Amino acid sequence: MVEFTILLILLSMLLALISAAIGETVYDKILAVNIFGTITVLFIAVYGFVTGRPDFLDIALVYALISFVTTIAVLKFFEYGDMGKSSTDREQDIDI
Amino acid sequence: MNDPVYLIACCLLILGAVFVLIGLLGVFRMPDFFTRLHAASIIDSMGTLLIMLGLMLMSGINLITVKLFLILLFILITTPTAAHALAKSALHGKLKPKLGDDKS
Repeated sequence: MVEFTILLILLSMLLALISAAIGETVYDKILAVNIFGTITVLFIAVYGFVTGRPDFLDIALVYALISFVTTIAVLKFFEYGDMGKSSTDREQDIDI
Repeated sequence: MNDPVYLIACCLLILGAVFVLIGLLGVFRMPDFFTRLHAASIIDSMGTLLIMLGLMLMSGINLITVKLFLILLFILITTPTAAHALAKSALHGKLKPKLGDDKS
Protein backbone atom coordinates (compact mmCIF):
# COMPACT_ATOMS: atom_id res chain seq x y z
CA MET A 1 0.00 0.00 0.00
CA VAL A 2 2.77 2.40 0.91
CA GLU A 3 4.65 1.45 -2.26
CA PHE A 4 1.62 2.61 -4.26
CA THR A 5 1.89 5.97 -2.50
CA ILE A 6 5.54 6.17 -3.51
CA LEU A 7 4.50 5.48 -7.10
CA LEU A 8 1.95 8.31 -6.99
CA ILE A 9 4.49 10.69 -5.45
CA LEU A 10 7.05 9.81 -8.14
CA LEU A 11 4.42 10.50 -10.79
CA SER A 12 3.66 13.89 -9.24
CA MET A 13 7.39 14.68 -9.13
CA LEU A 14 7.52 14.03 -12.86
CA LEU A 15 4.47 16.24 -13.40
CA ALA A 16 6.08 19.01 -11.34
CA LEU A 17 9.18 18.86 -13.54
CA ILE A 18 7.03 19.02 -16.67
CA SER A 19 5.16 22.03 -15.31
CA ALA A 20 8.55 23.65 -14.62
CA ALA A 21 9.56 23.02 -18.23
CA ILE A 22 6.43 24.46 -19.82
CA GLY A 23 5.98 27.39 -17.40
CA GLU A 24 5.57 30.64 -19.36
CA THR A 25 6.75 33.27 -16.91
CA VAL A 26 9.72 33.07 -14.60
CA TYR A 27 7.39 32.91 -11.63
CA ASP A 28 5.70 29.76 -12.96
CA LYS A 29 9.06 28.06 -13.00
CA ILE A 30 9.88 29.21 -9.47
CA LEU A 31 6.49 27.93 -8.32
CA ALA A 32 7.09 24.56 -10.00
CA VAL A 33 10.52 24.25 -8.35
CA ASN A 34 8.96 25.13 -5.00
CA ILE A 35 6.35 22.41 -5.51
CA PHE A 36 9.04 19.94 -6.52
CA GLY A 37 10.87 20.70 -3.26
CA THR A 38 7.79 20.05 -1.17
CA ILE A 39 7.01 16.81 -2.99
CA THR A 40 10.61 15.67 -2.53
CA VAL A 41 10.21 16.19 1.21
CA LEU A 42 7.18 13.92 1.12
CA PHE A 43 9.01 11.37 -0.98
CA ILE A 44 11.96 11.22 1.42
CA ALA A 45 9.64 10.84 4.40
CA VAL A 46 7.58 8.03 2.84
CA TYR A 47 10.66 6.30 1.41
CA GLY A 48 12.27 6.44 4.84
CA PHE A 49 9.25 4.62 6.19
CA VAL A 50 9.27 1.92 3.52
CA THR A 51 12.93 1.07 3.95
CA GLY A 52 12.62 1.27 7.74
CA ARG A 53 15.18 4.09 8.10
CA PRO A 54 13.77 6.70 10.54
CA ASP A 55 16.83 8.96 10.07
CA PHE A 56 15.51 9.94 6.64
CA LEU A 57 13.10 12.28 8.42
CA ASP A 58 15.99 14.55 9.43
CA ILE A 59 16.97 14.77 5.78
CA ALA A 60 13.38 15.60 4.88
CA LEU A 61 13.28 18.36 7.49
CA VAL A 62 16.54 19.91 6.30
CA TYR A 63 15.37 19.67 2.71
CA ALA A 64 12.16 21.51 3.57
CA LEU A 65 14.25 24.29 5.19
CA ILE A 66 16.55 24.58 2.17
CA SER A 67 13.68 24.52 -0.31
CA PHE A 68 12.01 27.42 1.46
CA VAL A 69 15.18 29.50 1.69
CA THR A 70 15.99 28.80 -1.96
CA THR A 71 12.59 30.06 -3.10
CA ILE A 72 12.95 33.26 -1.11
CA ALA A 73 16.53 33.82 -2.37
CA VAL A 74 15.58 33.33 -6.02
CA LEU A 75 12.60 35.65 -5.58
CA LYS A 76 14.76 38.32 -3.99
CA PHE A 77 17.15 38.04 -6.94
CA PHE A 78 14.36 38.46 -9.47
CA GLU A 79 12.68 41.28 -7.59
CA TYR A 80 15.67 43.52 -6.88
CA GLY A 81 17.96 42.48 -9.72
CA ASP A 82 20.73 41.47 -7.34
CA MET A 83 21.23 39.86 -3.95
CA GLY A 84 21.55 43.24 -2.25
CA LYS A 85 24.73 45.30 -2.17
CA SER A 86 27.65 43.95 -0.12
CA SER A 87 29.29 46.33 2.34
CA THR A 88 32.19 47.15 -0.02
CA ASP A 89 29.78 48.13 -2.85
CA ARG A 90 27.88 50.38 -0.49
CA GLU A 91 31.08 52.26 0.45
CA GLN A 92 31.82 52.91 -3.21
CA ASP A 93 28.37 54.46 -3.62
CA ILE A 94 29.20 57.11 -1.02
CA ASP A 95 31.38 59.48 -3.06
CA ILE A 96 32.74 61.93 -0.53
CA MET B 1 -1.16 -6.41 8.38
CA ASN B 2 -4.91 -5.86 8.59
CA ASP B 3 -5.18 -4.08 11.92
CA PRO B 4 -7.45 -1.04 11.49
CA VAL B 5 -4.83 1.63 12.32
CA TYR B 6 -2.58 0.44 9.50
CA LEU B 7 -5.48 0.44 7.05
CA ILE B 8 -6.54 3.94 8.07
CA ALA B 9 -2.93 5.09 7.69
CA CYS B 10 -2.74 3.59 4.19
CA CYS B 11 -6.00 5.27 3.19
CA LEU B 12 -4.67 8.62 4.48
CA LEU B 13 -1.43 8.10 2.54
CA ILE B 14 -3.24 7.29 -0.69
CA LEU B 15 -5.62 10.23 -0.20
CA GLY B 16 -2.68 12.56 0.44
CA ALA B 17 -0.96 11.42 -2.74
CA VAL B 18 -4.22 11.93 -4.64
CA PHE B 19 -4.46 15.47 -3.29
CA VAL B 20 -0.90 16.15 -4.44
CA LEU B 21 -1.93 15.02 -7.91
CA ILE B 22 -5.07 17.19 -7.75
CA GLY B 23 -2.92 20.20 -6.86
CA LEU B 24 -0.64 19.46 -9.79
CA LEU B 25 -3.63 19.05 -12.09
CA GLY B 26 -4.72 22.51 -10.93
CA VAL B 27 -1.27 23.89 -11.75
CA PHE B 28 -1.57 22.54 -15.30
CA ARG B 29 -5.16 23.55 -15.90
CA MET B 30 -5.27 27.09 -14.47
CA PRO B 31 -5.07 29.90 -17.11
CA ASP B 32 -3.11 32.48 -15.16
CA PHE B 33 -0.15 32.54 -12.78
CA PHE B 34 -2.06 33.71 -9.70
CA THR B 35 -4.76 31.05 -10.05
CA ARG B 36 -1.97 28.53 -10.60
CA LEU B 37 -0.37 29.69 -7.38
CA HIS B 38 -3.68 29.22 -5.63
CA ALA B 39 -4.06 25.71 -7.00
CA ALA B 40 -0.51 24.82 -5.98
CA SER B 41 -1.22 25.59 -2.32
CA ILE B 42 -3.49 22.53 -2.18
CA ILE B 43 -0.39 20.36 -2.39
CA ASP B 44 1.29 22.04 0.56
CA SER B 45 -1.72 22.20 2.83
CA MET B 46 -3.87 19.14 2.14
CA GLY B 47 -1.44 16.71 0.51
CA THR B 48 1.30 17.13 3.07
CA LEU B 49 -1.18 17.10 5.95
CA LEU B 50 -2.75 13.78 4.96
CA ILE B 51 0.51 12.05 4.14
CA MET B 52 2.15 13.16 7.37
CA LEU B 53 -0.93 12.12 9.39
CA GLY B 54 -0.85 8.74 7.70
CA LEU B 55 2.82 8.29 8.56
CA MET B 56 2.19 9.43 12.12
CA LEU B 57 -0.53 6.84 12.53
CA MET B 58 1.83 4.20 11.22
CA SER B 59 4.68 5.08 13.53
CA GLY B 60 2.73 5.22 16.77
CA ILE B 61 3.90 7.32 19.73
CA ASN B 62 7.70 7.76 19.58
CA LEU B 63 10.41 10.14 18.40
CA ILE B 64 9.53 9.53 14.75
CA THR B 65 6.06 10.98 15.31
CA VAL B 66 7.62 14.09 16.84
CA LYS B 67 9.89 14.51 13.81
CA LEU B 68 6.96 14.02 11.46
CA PHE B 69 4.94 16.61 13.35
CA LEU B 70 7.85 19.06 13.15
CA ILE B 71 8.13 18.57 9.40
CA LEU B 72 4.38 19.05 9.00
CA LEU B 73 4.38 22.16 11.20
CA PHE B 74 7.31 23.63 9.31
CA ILE B 75 5.82 23.02 5.87
CA LEU B 76 2.43 24.41 6.92
CA ILE B 77 4.14 27.61 8.07
CA THR B 78 6.69 28.21 5.32
CA THR B 79 4.88 27.35 2.11
CA PRO B 80 2.15 30.01 2.54
CA THR B 81 4.93 32.50 3.24
CA ALA B 82 6.73 31.41 0.08
CA ALA B 83 3.49 31.65 -1.90
CA HIS B 84 2.93 35.17 -0.56
CA ALA B 85 6.48 36.17 -1.49
CA LEU B 86 5.94 34.68 -4.94
CA ALA B 87 2.71 36.63 -5.51
CA LYS B 88 4.25 39.89 -4.23
CA SER B 89 7.30 39.43 -6.43
CA ALA B 90 5.12 38.61 -9.45
CA LEU B 91 2.97 41.71 -8.88
CA HIS B 92 6.11 43.78 -8.36
CA GLY B 93 7.45 42.35 -11.61
CA LYS B 94 4.46 43.86 -13.47
CA LEU B 95 2.67 40.52 -14.01
CA LYS B 96 -0.99 41.53 -14.25
CA PRO B 97 -3.59 38.95 -13.13
CA LYS B 98 -5.98 38.02 -15.93
CA LEU B 99 -9.28 39.55 -14.78
CA GLY B 100 -12.69 38.45 -16.04
CA ASP B 101 -13.56 41.39 -18.25
CA ASP B 102 -10.52 41.68 -20.53
CA LYS B 103 -10.72 39.39 -23.51
CA SER B 104 -6.93 38.95 -23.89
